[in-house]
Amino acid sequence: MAKIYSKKALASKNLKPNKEVVSFILNYSQALTVVKIEDKSFEIIAN
Amino acid sequence: MADLHTPDALLVKNYVEGSEAALATLIKRHESKIYGFIYSKIADRDISNDIFQDTFIKVIKTLKSNSYNEEGKFLPWVMRISHNLIVDHFRKTKKMPMYRETEEFSIFSIMSDDALTIEGKMIVDQVELDLKKLIEELPEDQKEVLVMRMYQDMSFKEISEITGVSINTALGRMRYALMNLRKIIEKHQIILTN
Repeated sequence: MAKIYSKKALASKNLKPNKEVVSFILNYSQALTVVKIEDKSFEIIAN
Repeated sequence: MADLHTPDALLVKNYVEGSEAALATLIKRHESKIYGFIYSKIADRDISNDIFQDTFIKVIKTLKSNSYNEEGKFLPWVMRISHNLIVDHFRKTKKMPMYRETEEFSIFSIMSDDALTIEGKMIVDQVELDLKKLIEELPEDQKEVLVMRMYQDMSFKEISEITGVSINTALGRMRYALMNLRKIIEKHQIILTN
């Protein structure tokens, strides 16, 4: 097995989450409705 | 699309009032800071993506249920959520089975300290430093690909997008970079080992 000599430069400035993750978050946000009734809250996900 | 100069507090307000574009702007504005922060603790792209996603799911739920009341401090708030999720992640993965010591069974038979000694650490640091100096000797295009791949953990697809060359060119540059490094090491009879 070859040795790995490089140490990962953590906290690199170019790092970004996957596009799929961001698009999932935006879609989730569009689909989610939170309804508060008295002291209970209900989450409704639209398909 | 909301203006990129709109303050966070206003974007949060717009989002709570129903503007989905405001959330897109907030994510775009802070994604690399938040993701970079998570990655700096986790050092794994996939798990970092998961935690990033969970962070924003919490953000969305809180904002949509009108429970958010820290105007003007959006980023620190999101960072705190991601920090808590990182702690949760480590708690989950660090859970270990419990062993009790008896006369026939000593805990030290299954436990070992594989941390490097001080000498080992110094050698590793020296090797890494030497390697960085060698990388500096490479042609610019090869150095760029090698650093992105090995030190910043990017995929060849990402590298090709950032540098504006095809994936095959990036792969080729990586190959030549490694070949050239080997050549330099052989030529100067450098010993990299630990």
